[in-house]
Amino acid sequence: MNSKIKLFGIAREIIGSSELEWEIAEASTVQQLLDSLKSNYPQLANLKSLAVAVNSVYAKEGDKVSSSDEIALIPPVSGG
Amino acid sequence: MMFKIVDQPLNPQEVIDLVAGEEAGAIDVFIGTVRGSTQTKKVLRLEYEAYDAMAIREMEMLAEKVKGIWPVHKIAIYHRKGVLQVGDIAVVLAVSTPHRKEAFEACQYTIDRLKERVPIWKKEVFEDGEEWVAAHP
Repeated sequence: MNSKIKLFGIAREIIGSSELEWEIAEASTVQQLLDSLKSNYPQLANLKSLAVAVNSVYAKEGDKVSSSDEIALIPPVSGG
Repeated sequence: MMFKIVDQPLNPQEVIDLVAGEEAGAIDVFIGTVRGSTQTKKVLRLEYEAYDAMAIREMEMLAEKVKGIWPVHKIAIYHRKGVLQVGDIAVVLAVSTPHRKEAFEACQYTIDRLKERVPIWKKEVFEDGEEWVAAHP
């Protein structure tokens, strides 16, 4: 099923939108999601880091994601 | 509300007032402002954006962690987003504690961790280009 992935900062500029419609296979992991995004948008792989937030919480690589979750890409943060 | 992301100019006194109280013997305040240069380049402005809901949640969790380390009375953090000019205030953090030593320590720890974890981003705009801060190795 398709999900809308929220995008911010340089990830938003690389992908060219603040939201990306993306197909997420059932029972896929954060790592699999990152791999598929990086293979479609190779510039994402050049970032110092790229985390995934699931329902507003930092997710680990092995965490499962589903299309009902709120998913966001978190490029290197620089607040303050 | 002790934690806020706002798109209007910040007033430090408003944040200080949030942490005041009879239990406070010290209030330490950190104010982050927009610097006019980076290395050798002149900065025209900064553009901030935030994942608001997650940023608030991360700030709340950070405050809970800090309260577990120091005897903190209250913590408040207001962070601005949008376009900021040189000299503008980007963040105001206020920590109140019974004594000054832990106020200094808790304040420094909080701003250091905020910069590492809270989902807020800034782009530096120069005369001849622009750059997302810390994005690349």
